Amino acid sequence: MAQTERIPSRQTTAGKPTGSGPPGTVTDSRSSERSAGKPPSWWARARRDKILLLMALPGLALLLVFHYLPLLGNLIAFQEYLPFVPLGRSAWVGWDNFAVIFNGDAEFLNALKNTLLITLVQVIFVFPAPIALALLLNSLLSERIKRVVQSVLYLPHFLSWVIVIAIFQQILGGSGLINNFLREHGMGTIDFLGNPDGFIALLTSQVIWKDTGWGTILFLAALTQIDPGLYEAARVDGASRWRQLWHVTVPGIRGLIILLLILRLGDSLTVGFEQIILQQNLVGRPASEVLDTYVYNNGVLAGQWGVSAAVGLVKGLVAVVLVLGANKIAHIFGEAGVYKR
Amino acid sequence: MSAVQTGIDDGPGMPSRAVKGVVLLICCAVVIIPFIGVIATSIASQEHVTNSGGFVLWPDGLNLDAYKAIFNGGVVQRALLISVVIATFGTLISLAGSTMLAYSLSRPGSFGQRPILMIVLFSLLFSPGLIPNYLVVKEFGLLDSLLALILPTAISGFNVIVLRSFFMGIPDSVLDSARIDGAGDFRIFWSIVLPLSKAVLAVVGLFYAVGYWNAFFNAMLYINDTAKWPLQLVLRTYVINNTELSSGDLGGASADQLPPQESIQMAILVVSLVPILIVYPFLQRHFAKGMLTGAVKG
Repeated sequence: MAQTERIPSRQTTAGKPTGSGPPGTVTDSRSSERSAGKPPSWWARARRDKILLLMALPGLALLLVFHYLPLLGNLIAFQEYLPFVPLGRSAWVGWDNFAVIFNGDAEFLNALKNTLLITLVQVIFVFPAPIALALLLNSLLSERIKRVVQSVLYLPHFLSWVIVIAIFQQILGGSGLINNFLREHGMGTIDFLGNPDGFIALLTSQVIWKDTGWGTILFLAALTQIDPGLYEAARVDGASRWRQLWHVTVPGIRGLIILLLILRLGDSLTVGFEQIILQQNLVGRPASEVLDTYVYNNGVLAGQWGVSAAVGLVKGLVAVVLVLGANKIAHIFGEAGVYKR
Repeated sequence: MSAVQTGIDDGPGMPSRAVKGVVLLICCAVVIIPFIGVIATSIASQEHVTNSGGFVLWPDGLNLDAYKAIFNGGVVQRALLISVVIATFGTLISLAGSTMLAYSLSRPGSFGQRPILMIVLFSLLFSPGLIPNYLVVKEFGLLDSLLALILPTAISGFNVIVLRSFFMGIPDSVLDSARIDGAGDFRIFWSIVLPLSKAVLAVVGLFYAVGYWNAFFNAMLYINDTAKWPLQLVLRTYVINNTELSSGDLGGASADQLPPQESIQMAILVVSLVPILIVYPFLQRHFAKGMLTGAVKG
């Protein structure tokens, strides 16, 4: 009987979700006959959609267990956590673990400084790279050359950081391509990989190598959306190519640039964790420690679980605030932002 | 000059075009040359590699000793097997979980859709943090288990949204006709929605597969037992950290027969690159579409 009472109207009459209508507005011809025009009850709808709910369950459970349950694990930021004491039995220590942040522990401040410095350098050098490359690709007349170049430049994005760094070692390492060349020609070798002063430049060049090509995709898509008539009109008005770039192209992709910049700023405190941890032993911790490696080195390796969790928690909270704040600023400037208000 | 132009390019003179060509050529060379060098070093002869200081840009022949060494039953072969197993099962688990979740979120007005969608979307906004993640994996007894490399990253909210947008684009009339014929939700999903979504399934599946293949840090964090190391960890230990591969690590080949370490290292690198290169043409053709669907409709 339950089968025959199945309600086909969920799809036929509800149509696309409006996003604003309350759940009760789902019209439901069969059940409304029974319940005199009232929307189906909570329980009736749950029963009607039980298969859908069951289908959602495995994915939802994985997300809850491995993405939301760890949020509870942040409680150890307020505990004196020892790995062999059961999770609930650790002593509560209030805000003690946050002392490194509030009192400005030197190691923590160094990690924070490096993180912000790397973010700053990457916003200046890494962020514009795909825009420039996309403009260059977009101005190519031959579709075929464009496609070949794209195929080549997208490739590094799919490689792991382990592979990228191994490749960089072959080129820049002590017995790598460039130093071999220098040695053969009687010149001194350059220590690219172990030089603390050059570490940020090294990181930045690796990110540019890996992700610039991939980063062009969204910009290329946005560039094709620009009305060719605008260029036409600009040319008729005698605009030079640079003025066309400034008055037609840039406004055409401004929204996207701001959107991506917001996402990048939201990630200000997250800088290439795998990339850095793989190369840290070559340059030493003072030059390469960032917040994420600080959490890993002090927590998992050195056993200061509570302190690391506290730093991680504050980092996570600040990151959420940054995304929301950046989005707000975008709205103020009249852009769409990451999501609608 | 062509009548319709999509870009700025207003018939530039030869110099401007030449500059563009040179810039793009350099960009491509910077990406391609290292790959050629890696492959060349893995197949060059022993003398050639040693004389060139450990890295060559062009091989002097085809010498497969390095590959024979790593496929002699040692650590590399075992790690390769583990990586293949993780990528295969991980992708299956990810696809099953993500498609079902996405489908249940794609049916308009279904029960509980709004809160579940919120849970998926909010997961994109924050990451729970390294220490709490570690504690959860530990509490579930997954340390040193290969499941620790699959389950925590099995569902990507972004991919769920991409799949959901695609499923929502399937015309209601198609699904309704099946419903009138008496098909239930799962039947519709399995026999109608999935076959209509092969392209997006392939793209999302490959994204998951590449993610599993490339994952390095979770393995470093959760797997202490070197016998369970995936390829990326082996790569870090023996290539990046330059730990010497003994003959024991290579399945007991006698030490004096071993090809130079550099060749073996590059052979390991090539082995870990090959699967990516194989799926790359496909990724490259379809991913942009998937990316844009997610970006526009997400």
